[in-house]
Amino acid sequence: MSALSDRSAGRHPGNAVAPISVKIVISGGFGVGKTTFVGSISEIEPLLTEADMTDESVGIDNRDPVPGKVTTTVALDFGRISLDEALRLYLFGTPGQDRYAFLWDDLVEGALGAVVLLDTNRIEDCFPAIDYFEEHGVPFLVAVNQFQDTRRFELEEVREALGVDGLVPLVLCDARRRESVKSVLVALTEEVLVRRLAEQAAAY
Amino acid sequence: MNAPMNADAYDAAEDMVIRPFLLTGGRTRPVQDGLRVETLIHARDRITSAGLRFEHRQIVQLCREPTSLAEISAALKVPFGVARVLVSDLVADGSVVVTQREELSIQLIERIRDRVRAL
Repeated sequence: MSALSDRSAGRHPGNAVAPISVKIVISGGFGVGKTTFVGSISEIEPLLTEADMTDESVGIDNRDPVPGKVTTTVALDFGRISLDEALRLYLFGTPGQDRYAFLWDDLVEGALGAVVLLDTNRIEDCFPAIDYFEEHGVPFLVAVNQFQDTRRFELEEVREALGVDGLVPLVLCDARRRESVKSVLVALTEEVLVRRLAEQAAAY
Repeated sequence: MNAPMNADAYDAAEDMVIRPFLLTGGRTRPVQDGLRVETLIHARDRITSAGLRFEHRQIVQLCREPTSLAEISAALKVPFGVARVLVSDLVADGSVVVTQREELSIQLIERIRDRVRAL
C-alpha cells in the first residue's frame, strides 16, 4: 500500500489507508485438520505464533510451585486473507485440548465467530470447543471434515451424536479444498448475521 | 501432515533455554490494553527506527506496512505475549499506531460475507 492510496489522511496523518482486521477462530480436536483448513484459503503459508502461559495460568498448571517463573508456550497457527485493500481476515487455529482452554479468552475476544471442525471418528474431541462457544455466546458452526478414509455419516446422525439442537448449523466440508473452506466461512458469516438480526429484533 | 509440525514447535518451546520474557524485562502485562492477536499495527511516517533496541527496531520496520500482532510475533519468533508487551511500548512512545476496529456492524459482516464469497 503506497502513499498513492492514501485516502484517510485525515484519520491517520501521514499514513496510508489504515486497514481493519477481523478474525475467525478455527477450533476442534488435535489433528482434525485445522492447519489444513487455514492453509487452503490463506494467502500466506500458515504461520506459527506461540501463546504463553504466564501469571494468568496460576492455579491452572501447577507444575511449577513458583508462579510466573516458568513460561509454557503453545503453538497457534494462523493465516491471512486480504478481503479488500482495507479489510483483512485472519484465521486462527486454536489448540483443541482441554488443557489450553485458558488461552481461549484471549484468542476469542472480538472474534467474528468460530468454526468447530469435527472428525466423525473422534466426535467427543470437539465437545470442549462447543461448550466454550456456547457458554461465551460466540457464534459458531460445526463443520464435519470429511477425510477420505472415514465412513460418511449423514448430518443428522452427527447431530444426534453431538447432542446439539437444530439451531447449531452443521455443514460438511473438505478442509483440503479451497471452495469448500470458502463455503464454510460464508455459512459462518450468515450465521453471525442471523444471530445479529435476531438480537436486534428482540431488542425492539 | 501439519500436526507433527505443531508438536515439534511445542517441544522446541519446552526446551527453550532463554526465558522469553527477558526481552520485556520480565513484564508480562502490556501497558496498552486492547491489543489482540489480529490487531493491526502501523509505524508512523517519519519515525526512524534508529536508536531503538533490536526488537523494537524490527517491529517498526515490519510495520511500515500494517502488520498484525500475530505476524509480528511469528516474524520475531517470540511468543505472542512478548510481542504484545514490545508493541505496547512502541504505542506508548508514539512510534506506532494501532488501528482500532469499531464494533462488528451488520454492514461490515455483510461485506465480509460478500468478499469471502467472491474470493
